[in-house]
Amino acid sequence: MQFSGRRKLLRLAGDRRGEVYPHSLQFYLQPPTENISLAEFENFAVDRLKLLKVVENLGVSYVKNSPNYVQKLEAELRKLKFPYRALIEDDYDARRKDHISHFILRLAYCQSEDLRRWFIQQEMDLFRYRFHQLNDQLVGKFLEYVNLAYDAIDATEKTSITDKLVNSTPGFIDKKVGEMVFYKVPFCDAVDLVRVRRVYFHGGYAYVPHQDIISIVLNNYRTQLSKALALTARSLPIVQADERLQPLLSHLSHAYVGPDYNVQKNTGKISLEQIDALSVKSFPLCMRQLHKSLRDNHHLRHGGRMQYGLFLKGIGLTLEQALQFWKSEFIKGKIDADKFDKGYAYSIRHNYGKEGKRTDYTPFSCMKIILSNPPGQGDYHGCPFRHSDPELLKQKLQAYKIPSAGISQILDLVKGVHYQLACQKYFELTHNVDDIGWSLNHPNQYFIESQQLLSGIKEIKKEQRQPENSQPKQSSQKSINTAATATTTTTTTTCSSLNTMEEMELEGLDDCFTED
Amino acid sequence: MAEFEPGSLPDLLPLYYRRVFPFGPFGRWLRYGDVSKNYFQRREFSFTLHDDIYVRYQSFNTPQELEKEIQKTCPYKIDIGAVYSHRPIQHNTVHMGAFHAQEKELVFDIDMTDYDDVRRCCSSAEICSKCWTLMTIAIRIIDRALVEDFGIKHRLWVYSGRRGVHCWVCDDFVRKWSTTLRSAAVEYLTLVKGGEETIKKVTLADSIHPFVRESLNVVEEYFEEYALVGQDILGNKDSYDKVLALVPETVRETLQKEFCKKRDSVQRWELLKNKTEKLNKVRWEIMLQYCFPRLDINVSKGINHLLKSPFSVHPKTGRISVPIDLRKLDDFDPFAVPTISQLCCELDKTGNDQGEEEQKDGVPESPRRNRGYKKTSLAPYVKVFEQFLEEMDKSQKREHPKANDIQMDF
Repeated sequence: MQFSGRRKLLRLAGDRRGEVYPHSLQFYLQPPTENISLAEFENFAVDRLKLLKVVENLGVSYVKNSPNYVQKLEAELRKLKFPYRALIEDDYDARRKDHISHFILRLAYCQSEDLRRWFIQQEMDLFRYRFHQLNDQLVGKFLEYVNLAYDAIDATEKTSITDKLVNSTPGFIDKKVGEMVFYKVPFCDAVDLVRVRRVYFHGGYAYVPHQDIISIVLNNYRTQLSKALALTARSLPIVQADERLQPLLSHLSHAYVGPDYNVQKNTGKISLEQIDALSVKSFPLCMRQLHKSLRDNHHLRHGGRMQYGLFLKGIGLTLEQALQFWKSEFIKGKIDADKFDKGYAYSIRHNYGKEGKRTDYTPFSCMKIILSNPPGQGDYHGCPFRHSDPELLKQKLQAYKIPSAGISQILDLVKGVHYQLACQKYFELTHNVDDIGWSLNHPNQYFIESQQLLSGIKEIKKEQRQPENSQPKQSSQKSINTAATATTTTTTTTCSSLNTMEEMELEGLDDCFTED
Repeated sequence: MAEFEPGSLPDLLPLYYRRVFPFGPFGRWLRYGDVSKNYFQRREFSFTLHDDIYVRYQSFNTPQELEKEIQKTCPYKIDIGAVYSHRPIQHNTVHMGAFHAQEKELVFDIDMTDYDDVRRCCSSAEICSKCWTLMTIAIRIIDRALVEDFGIKHRLWVYSGRRGVHCWVCDDFVRKWSTTLRSAAVEYLTLVKGGEETIKKVTLADSIHPFVRESLNVVEEYFEEYALVGQDILGNKDSYDKVLALVPETVRETLQKEFCKKRDSVQRWELLKNKTEKLNKVRWEIMLQYCFPRLDINVSKGINHLLKSPFSVHPKTGRISVPIDLRKLDDFDPFAVPTISQLCCELDKTGNDQGEEEQKDGVPESPRRNRGYKKTSLAPYVKVFEQFLEEMDKSQKREHPKANDIQMDF
């Protein structure tokens, strides 16, 4: 997006308007190049944000693209004057607003991984809704327009692989395959389907039934958006130098994402001797589990070191303390001091932004722990409510003296894939409160709340206060949390969008080497 | 045969790198017919020197330069990294964000340690001929999927030198894959999920995807011999309880009662089969949990991830990381893979006629080229590597008949 005054094009004459936005939905490939007033800039941005907010809330409350969802979202689009129907002829103003506002929010939401994740998620849902509104003919036209028109396989080929097509697609019946159109899509355009092994793959092609073509389109859209946001982030300093835009953008981006729990006021206020006791009293289950297995095995694998190490950083361990903490434990095991200094110290300094790209890494949120990098053999990280067998979880909770009524409540929540609510219940049970009055989305939030409660700073039942360093907007903490809870309940598309964001690579030494 | 002593590495490595390491084919591989500008020059190499000193971001103008450097520094271990936007050696001189990994082979790392919960013969870094079958199964399952499902042609499977195998997928289009695509591919190839807090690690959907079907076919070939006879997974109460934890409660109790009446794993499995006649999935899930390959996603996902180079020495065992001939996969014996001491010993024995030989087949423009391996037991493995390269050459010529023109387009 350009902000210099050299733009010639102001408004397009009526007859050319259709060419600019031939479809009600777009991939937003070209940034807008016209001049707009600051007031319009701000209005567009705020409206877009309202819209995405609605998208987010509706996604939590309703099944996506169910009649209620569709109806409510359409009403909102209409109210905010965004394009809401695919077929309206002269929809130029709405489409223009859609276009420009999208690009403004890109500026505001490209700055961090969490912001990008939130933005992409909402934009994807919005896009999905709009795509579903298209009729078959418009779908065809749109696919052609964005160069995603694939060849359908012919009847002979279809017959020869019928059983494979049937088995690859859950909920399919033989006779339906006959009527269904299948497209042959190159492997690399079908990432989401690869990931979940949802269709038949052969010779580098995905055999995608017509009903799943949306997945290909979304996949393509997300890839482009994700790349574009990364590029935007790189050129951001130029935009931020504009004193008219900077405050607005920063306001916009702070509106919907919770605190990252990176910089704490209490840095250095925790001593290493306290950790054992704290892990029992105030650590969420995931961290308690990691702490225990570190103490038991004198080792944690990489995923565990990242999740636990950044958590400890968040609760206030200094770099020096962290080095001492990990070293003293590791040398009790198979690692000697020398090997520790060479192999592990680097990645700890890396976490504190002292090595490599010098990024100051932030502690993982619940959403990140639940959705990315699931634990494998030998791993203790992840979310105990998400990544444990219910039977083991039950035993563990029993060992921690949780009353059996509470355990079954927790297990029910787990069954309903409400992992964060389950953790919240665990908090309530271990802190003897009925209703904590806030919703949990971050292990460090758990810790802070627990500490405040235990030290009597906070009377929980009296008021429903926001956590200490939450942002001004009363609703935002709640909303992002419900989003996080919802995300964990939705399907694989969410998961993959998160994984895309994982492209941010670590370059710590032990990340890059393979032990064998 | 010479036993390997880790302490002797400093004495053996110079000889190995000077006389044995197949630099010729090695350099030919990583040049990839110079597909794009400075492809080789932008490749990261990383060396592990004595005392675990890592040297990252090394790069070289030519394979000959790489050879010279390796002979000079004699690294304990050589890792291969990505092809970067700039020469890695200059990574500090370019702007922070600009230096980034562009391409790399898609790599897989399968490590026996990850099977510790289903191996009864060994644990952690140990392997034996019994559990090696797991690697054989893994290679067959993954390799089939790579070829048939993903449409991949050029795979180099390599023994890591100690407890696992690596796969280098080298097709042109795959080397360009994004992180997202790589991790998606690994997820496609993953059925065993969950860490220390999960008991049942395989859960199949109602419809069995062709990939799962094909994988089961492979597992079925080995299951009785490997799991029931070799590992004896139903051999005593402790071990069969672990299996029974995976079956539905309805069947579990009956089996528990009747298992003790049976003599061995084969009989017990037979019983389990009868009792789960209508629950095929239960059996399949057990078989997969015990045999299906376990990939380390983090190695495959990152484009900038380093992986030990083929023909590098494993510093602990002294074994050479050798390519595996898939046509003789079932016969591959990790314990027959030559160690560096063995190779040096063999070289000594033929040492007398060495000078003469070298003159005979010496190529004028590269007088330093190693041909020593031809007289050692490394020769058959280098042959496998050369066959792999030939196949790549053929594809290259088919797809880029005028490779030189393309070079200029970059």
